[in-house]
Amino acid sequence: MSSGAPAASGLAAAGTPPSAPSARYDLGVRLRANSEYVAIPVFALLMAAALFAVFLLAIGKSPIEFVNYVWRGGFGTAFSLQNTLQRSSPLILTALAVAIPARIGLIMIGGEGALVLGGFAAAAIAVPMVGVVPPIVTIPVMVAAAVLVGAMWVGIAGYLRYARGVNETISSLLLTYIGIAIMNFFVEGVMRDASNPNKPSTKPIGDAYMVGYIPGTEVHWGFPVGVLLSVALYILMTRTTFGFAARVTGGNFRAALAQGLPVGRLIVGCAMIAGGCAGLAGYFEVAAIQGRANASLAAGYGFTGILVSFLARHNPVVIIPVAIMFGGLVASGGLIQRRMGMPDATVLVLQGLIFVVLLTSETLYGRFAIFRAGDAKERT
Amino acid sequence: MTAPAPTAGMRAPSLETIGMSKSFGALRALQDVSIQVPAGSFHALLGENGAGKSTLVKCIMGFYIPDKGQLLLDGTEVPVRNPKDAQALGVGMVYQHFTLVPSLTAAENLVASRADAPAVINWRKERDTLETFLERMPFRVPLDRPVSGLAAGEKQKLEILKLLYLDQRFLILDEPTSVLTPGEADEILGLLRDMAHRGEITVAMISHKFREVEAFCDDFTVLRRGARVGGGKVGAVSTREMAAMMIGDAVVRPSAARTVAPKSGTTLEIAGLFAENDEGRDAVSGFDLKVQAGEIVGIAGVSGNGQSELVEALSGQRPIKLGQILVHDQDFEPIRDHFDKFKIFGLPEEPLKNATVPTMSVAENMAFRRFDKSPISRLGFWLSREPMRAKARDLIDRYNVKTPSTETQIRDLSGGNVQRAVLARELSEDVDVLIVANPCFGLDFASVADIRAQIMEQRNRGAAVLLVSEDLDEILELSDRIAVMSGGKVAYLTPGAGADRTTIGRYMAGH
Repeated sequence: MSSGAPAASGLAAAGTPPSAPSARYDLGVRLRANSEYVAIPVFALLMAAALFAVFLLAIGKSPIEFVNYVWRGGFGTAFSLQNTLQRSSPLILTALAVAIPARIGLIMIGGEGALVLGGFAAAAIAVPMVGVVPPIVTIPVMVAAAVLVGAMWVGIAGYLRYARGVNETISSLLLTYIGIAIMNFFVEGVMRDASNPNKPSTKPIGDAYMVGYIPGTEVHWGFPVGVLLSVALYILMTRTTFGFAARVTGGNFRAALAQGLPVGRLIVGCAMIAGGCAGLAGYFEVAAIQGRANASLAAGYGFTGILVSFLARHNPVVIIPVAIMFGGLVASGGLIQRRMGMPDATVLVLQGLIFVVLLTSETLYGRFAIFRAGDAKERT
Repeated sequence: MTAPAPTAGMRAPSLETIGMSKSFGALRALQDVSIQVPAGSFHALLGENGAGKSTLVKCIMGFYIPDKGQLLLDGTEVPVRNPKDAQALGVGMVYQHFTLVPSLTAAENLVASRADAPAVINWRKERDTLETFLERMPFRVPLDRPVSGLAAGEKQKLEILKLLYLDQRFLILDEPTSVLTPGEADEILGLLRDMAHRGEITVAMISHKFREVEAFCDDFTVLRRGARVGGGKVGAVSTREMAAMMIGDAVVRPSAARTVAPKSGTTLEIAGLFAENDEGRDAVSGFDLKVQAGEIVGIAGVSGNGQSELVEALSGQRPIKLGQILVHDQDFEPIRDHFDKFKIFGLPEEPLKNATVPTMSVAENMAFRRFDKSPISRLGFWLSREPMRAKARDLIDRYNVKTPSTETQIRDLSGGNVQRAVLARELSEDVDVLIVANPCFGLDFASVADIRAQIMEQRNRGAAVLLVSEDLDEILELSDRIAVMSGGKVAYLTPGAGADRTTIGRYMAGH
């Protein structure tokens, strides 16, 4: 927070605004306004939980048992908690891929495609280097390939939006299917590992080239990287001129044009950041989990990430706890399947309910007097 | 037609409200307002924005249920719970903006507006009915052309005809002339007055224009802050007194004097400019204009003749198809570097919509011009908040912006304060070229006077000012030269001093 301002303004920078009344007013107004952004999503979650409980009762299962298994499978033990953090890593990164474009007013849902292509690019570039180039060189190259390919992929949707007015939501979604098809084309064709008769995959990159775990845990490095990236992008969007210009563009496109802001570069830039994040998620899926690129990359993390970002109201820092929550839900899917005799798609039903209720709850903002500072609108 | 209500028929009703009150939360929008509109009269409802005129007519029309008060029609209390009730009682309203379906013809619009339009329409029969109806009317419109092809004056006439066709005999008009040329306005208001005086209709008109009120209305009521503060016969009081009733004790800044400004050649030159509208047609087609330093050039015109597209093209909101813009004889492109280099600033209409991000704070909105420059920006990318707030505090003081703090979202400010915040941002620096579009739209008297004075000050300091406005009085007051824009280009250019309203009106209408 310290801005190193000259002495005169240093006092104010230290958190003592000029006059006490305005400071109190500030805090009160902000608290009220922000509590709305907490209360409504929480209310939406509870609504979705209630609807899901009705669904469970309808198929003759106990909601209490369900909650119990989610806790045990996702958070209750050291093992399950580590499993949850592991699974939340791609969710954080793909949620960032939604949150950053959202700041500039674009709803982009192409994280899954960028994840798949990023992971595939990492594996494809690593395979010829394995055994030839040491890991210390190969790993950064893999990361760069994943980030770049992901960035280009979502960047296409951003460019089409800016230059041709193509709806970015549709184009980013459709690009996802093209991306998955491209990976399958290579993995089932020229890049298929002939020695693996089971599942069409690229050659494995080998343990030496895997990214490994945080010492003493079974959580791979994707989790801390995701957390750091969330914080870094939060700072980028709130505390830099780039973020400021992006928020102006997202908040009022006409005003941004009238200020002569380079809206094209900003839009494509935000789309590329988004794609880079999702591509990085793909890298970690390959280099920390799968060890090779195959159809398992398209596991739906990119789609769950959309939900995470919406629930976090596209705030990069809030994404972290929300992603952990959903990571736990995903992690407990197996346990629920085994113990309650329900397909693991049950968890998808819950996710779908949350999404629908959440989108509906968007209409509730500004409707409750309790969140409004009554005297803010001073009439002159 | 609609079921004949007791008051329907070829007879003008009288209308009266007694003690009407309406609150929205803590805001008392209407306090104990009683007005009387005698049958066959033309009544003017005056007041500033936010004075309660719209709330009053919305209570009469049934859009709002008043908290207290009665509505009397022909002396009998009538319950109006929704707009349908009002329609059944023969009370109709013409809104500021057209409510016709542009792709349908006038005849189709009229028939479709009926509550009892049949599923299968016998057009031959309907045509006959319409023709008979129009014969009784003092004005007609072409029935078979799509409404989108009609001139604004014809559309407004059709809106009024629609009410008469539906047998509404008490007409409420909400600033009906804002979309018309002075000639069209005079014609329509004159016809309505004549109909009223023949006892066919009763009219209540919301207006800002004293000239129209004095020329056409019989009585007037003035509202201020939700209460009735005056009224009576038009002509019994002077314009000055009416204005004083509207403003109350608010301090209105005297208009800035026009001084001899330093002239240093052409500053803004637009040559052969073409720009397309959203439908891909050339809305600006071959626009030429030079604006000297220390001069205000006002662009008059009926809305929809390319003015908004011109402003958008100049301010980077719309691609320039062809043509050249020169500032100080150098090529200008609407990009950020050039805005800074040539010191070009702008005051768009409806600033909350066009010049701010409503959800960002006052301080952030005031920093739009400076956020990427020292001291707010460090190292070319880092945003320092304290210099941003310090700058905002300075501007808030100097421009008298009323805001709880620099961190309040700008959408929580009143219209006048948003306007002042934008003025502070755009006028606090060295201005060479100023592009202004309808700067006073929807503002109260004090704000209007303040903004006009600031524009004049910039001119007196030697800025070249391009003023696009739909308010001819504003143009006549401020401009050194007046250009009439019609069909996307300058149709007429005249010095501001001694400009003739009628001639301007003729060129506005495209003759």
